[in-house]
Amino acid sequence: MTTPAIAVSGLRKAFGDKVVLDGIDLEVPAGTIFSLLGPNGAGKTTTVNVLSTLITADGGTAGVAGHDVAADPKAVRATIGVTGQFAAVDELLTGRENLQLMADLNGVPDGKRVIADLLMRFELTEAAAKSVTTYSGGMRRKLDLAMTLVGNPRIIFLDEPTTGLDPRSRRTMWSIIRELVADGVTIFLTTQYLEEADQLADRIAVLDHGRLVAQGTPAELKRQIPGTHVRLRFTTAAELDAAASLFPGSTPDADALELRVPSDAGTKSLRALLDRLDENSLAAEEFSVHTPDLDDVFLALTGRTTEAAK
Amino acid sequence: MSAKSHSAVMLRRNFKHVARNPTSVFNAILMPIVMMLMFVYMLGDAFAVGVDYVDYATPGILLMAVCYGLGSTATAVNSDMTKGIINRFKVMDVSRGAVLNAHVISSVLTNLLAIAGVIGVAFLLGFSPAAGPLDWLGVAGMILLLAVAAGWFTVALGLFAKSPETAGMAAVPLVMLPFFSSAIVPAEKMGPGVREFAEYQPFTSIIETIRGLLAGAPDTGYAITAVAWCLGIAIIGYLWARSLFKKRA
Repeated sequence: MTTPAIAVSGLRKAFGDKVVLDGIDLEVPAGTIFSLLGPNGAGKTTTVNVLSTLITADGGTAGVAGHDVAADPKAVRATIGVTGQFAAVDELLTGRENLQLMADLNGVPDGKRVIADLLMRFELTEAAAKSVTTYSGGMRRKLDLAMTLVGNPRIIFLDEPTTGLDPRSRRTMWSIIRELVADGVTIFLTTQYLEEADQLADRIAVLDHGRLVAQGTPAELKRQIPGTHVRLRFTTAAELDAAASLFPGSTPDADALELRVPSDAGTKSLRALLDRLDENSLAAEEFSVHTPDLDDVFLALTGRTTEAAK
Repeated sequence: MSAKSHSAVMLRRNFKHVARNPTSVFNAILMPIVMMLMFVYMLGDAFAVGVDYVDYATPGILLMAVCYGLGSTATAVNSDMTKGIINRFKVMDVSRGAVLNAHVISSVLTNLLAIAGVIGVAFLLGFSPAAGPLDWLGVAGMILLLAVAAGWFTVALGLFAKSPETAGMAAVPLVMLPFFSSAIVPAEKMGPGVREFAEYQPFTSIIETIRGLLAGAPDTGYAITAVAWCLGIAIIGYLWARSLFKKRA
């Protein structure tokens, strides 16, 4: 049996009397992407901080690449790379100088070539000689990740790498993450976005108030949460009942006069659904297509919505 | 990689910062010279201190030259901390103190530039020290010790402050303290309360030590007090900085 890249058992951490991690157990096999999914304040960053030796836990054990984070932090640091929630770049330096700094600190022998490769890969070659102060948010994040990669880490922690990025930069980030795993790197990714975890992760763990409320493959988790559906709102209970009988598998909500109809949200099936209503002389007052997000996951797993949605 | 070479890499980073943003170092060199001109050239004749005023004031201005550089050190350290670059270094296999060592060294180097500027201007204004080579060596040692001690203490202040602005403010008392010492006028000429404070605060013993050395008549009592103060400040600053560096994430 091979050692898992990350093994955590009973991890606990409190700041003052505020419990942030309340007994976390997880295991990440080498060469996979593990995603820790949760809303703000769930304890994601604290988990990353403990695993990356930035802070010490109050209880439990955590091993990274077979080294205990508390007993042998130096060995852990030599293996990992960390890109935090806020780009930790040196603003007074240029992009290339930031990468050179990392190469010097890591003692990378062929630094020049590694840096040129990274700049190319992250589409930063043109901006390489410019001061980081002129970089956009997306460029900073890319530079931050590139800096993390200079030392060729085998385990990488990405703490909300795409929060606040525009959709295009997010896609670029995703493809970079996929390439890394293809090279055999292990990725521990935290995110607030269900879609991101779904797109990238081999396994997802859902964190809520310092506890893992669910863990599994994306497919396993999706089975526990409502899928994509169409919501129809009617003006009378009679219309709602009539519509409910038209669509088997739909769930009426008598109080809200709403009907949830499972659907793939494609134009064909939507047209069929609307035609069906029309044929039966039914008209919905409101119509919306709903894809599951973090809120649905939370509602399904914990029976309440995230703090942000309140 | 050794701690020494990590510190060298970090120091190179500090030099680049100065090259990109030379204003802070420029200010650190210019301000003490302005003080020198103001007190010696403009106001000097108004002070009766028993000796040529430029000879009296130079040691005090040398001390100010050290203090003026500290604000930018505190700001730089704090901005490294609050912008997250220190956390990046902390999760790398980089020797723990490297980034702090580099800040102290560049703070000391800035101080030395300012000191050189002040001494140069002092000579232009007719500074005529009676110090022999050994006395000069003593002056250099005293200033270096002060610069290192103040450097570590300021680095700790920078790590402790919540934002770069408050870090800059935290260094202001260090800039003001020389005025409440025997830098500009002898302590015995000050009002009650201030006089006692001026006599016993660390800068007075340091200034009097330098003053004695430059006059070719070192005062051992002041020298011992001054060295003790500096060592104390250096040790407290160093330990405080290391503990803040370890704790703050």
